[in-house]
Amino acid sequence: MIVAALFFYLFAGILVASAFMVIASKNPVHSVLYLILAFVNAAGLFVMMGAEFLAMILVVVYVGAVAVLFLFVVMMLDVDFAELKKGVLQYLPVGLLLGGIFLAELLLVVGSWVIGPGVPKAITAPIPTGISNTEAIGLVLYTKYVYFFEISGMILLVAMIGAIVLTLRHKERVKRQSISAQNARTPEMSMHVVKVRQGQGLGSNSTGSAS
Amino acid sequence: MEFFWTYLWPLIVILAESVLLLVVLLVAIAYILLADRKIWAAVQMRRGPNVVGPWGLFQSFADLLKFMVKEPVIPAGANKGVFLLAPLITCVLALAAWAVIPVNIGWAIADINVGVLYIFAVSSLMVYGVIMAGWASNSKYPFLAALRSAAQMVSYEVSIGFVIITVLLCAGSLNLSKIVEAQNGPYGVFSWYWLPLFPMFIVFFISALAETNRPPFDLVEAESELVAGFMVEYGSSPYMMFMLGEYVAIATMCAMGTIMFLGGWLSPIPYAPFTWVPGIIWFVLKAFFLFFGFAMVKAIVPRYRYDQLMRLGWKVFLPLSLAMVVVVAGVLQYGHLATAAMK
Repeated sequence: MIVAALFFYLFAGILVASAFMVIASKNPVHSVLYLILAFVNAAGLFVMMGAEFLAMILVVVYVGAVAVLFLFVVMMLDVDFAELKKGVLQYLPVGLLLGGIFLAELLLVVGSWVIGPGVPKAITAPIPTGISNTEAIGLVLYTKYVYFFEISGMILLVAMIGAIVLTLRHKERVKRQSISAQNARTPEMSMHVVKVRQGQGLGSNSTGSAS
Repeated sequence: MEFFWTYLWPLIVILAESVLLLVVLLVAIAYILLADRKIWAAVQMRRGPNVVGPWGLFQSFADLLKFMVKEPVIPAGANKGVFLLAPLITCVLALAAWAVIPVNIGWAIADINVGVLYIFAVSSLMVYGVIMAGWASNSKYPFLAALRSAAQMVSYEVSIGFVIITVLLCAGSLNLSKIVEAQNGPYGVFSWYWLPLFPMFIVFFISALAETNRPPFDLVEAESELVAGFMVEYGSSPYMMFMLGEYVAIATMCAMGTIMFLGGWLSPIPYAPFTWVPGIIWFVLKAFFLFFGFAMVKAIVPRYRYDQLMRLGWKVFLPLSLAMVVVVAGVLQYGHLATAAMK
């Protein structure tokens, strides 16, 4: 038990520290790298809770795909951080005030939150014994929550199509590769073999003498 | 004492197993590297490395020694931490995938329930080594190569994911050992998944070439355009770690192909004299067969153009594998209706 607790604090500690470093580090690429570290540690916490499927999906989707795109964008943008950091001291009091108000409101709301009596029962034994974690998720995802699952899929599809429609531009006068035209080419269309006589070279009349 | 048996003893066992696996794996990698060069040389009617040791057998170790004693150079404009972290990440992630690969019945350090997903996750992280190296080098060619290769690896991961899904549908498990067991049938080599899922096997093989940046998809290090790709600024041991990571990743892909399509440690003919052969020998033979394919492709196929590569990934493999997922799921769900109708 103590080892599990130690690992929990290790993962949780690194997670919180790297989350802090995401906003604290000066270089945006370092920020994204810390974000990746945070994701990986969150996956570690999932594994400790016995949710290994979620952990792997977290790594595959967030670290393997989403964070790569973040890194892409951040690497290619040329952000001037001296410019951004200029007025920090000037705006600090206002920021602190807003943050303080927000924190107080959160505390007021969460402090008066009463957890329903059925909830702890539902979360402590969610998986029927004898089947793996992945199967258990599949069994509820495609039966009990199938509408939510499909609606979220539809929302993602709509967002994807929307993004494509917004960014697709058919530029005029852009030369494109036509793979079918390239594959249809034969040797006869693009070259002809010439027999070159020694000492004469390719004279004016020799190009026609293809063998 | 109880603490020792519950916590320390398993730790010691796991450590010993890991060290054993690493040693065997790294020696195997040294000879895979040599085999790659020898096969390539044989296709081109050269001899290949033949000076160090008998038939050049110690060439890889000589190379190792050379890389280790060279001076590592860090460019002045490089981002030092990230620059050195990149080869480490590549190497460690490539080795970490081997923790779950079962080379024989029960011969895996961690026989976890989500083994396939774990390998997929780890291999999807490999792209960070490339991106970080390209960015931290602070130089134009590595940066261009990193952008290119990140796009390439992300696109081919998608089709590998769908290939994995078709295999999972057939096997009904994410556990690598159970996937192998599911292929254990009375017809030996013909009950393995390469036959029913033949198009997926081809898609997997080509995607694995692209995912590990092997020729003909080695646009990352296309020397005619990008000098040496994202590794331009690397030398000595950091470079060696990249190379090691690359070859371990290739070995991982071969092992994964063996497990998913070639029946892992199962004997091709499920009868007496062949089933006496230890499973690990079959596994190594099958994995090396796939690697031979990798090496031959490197020797005989010219490099793809970048737009051809992207077209193949997104316009050919993605629709094909997506359609196959639907077909395989449909056959598994309604296949019994067809057989009932025939009777």
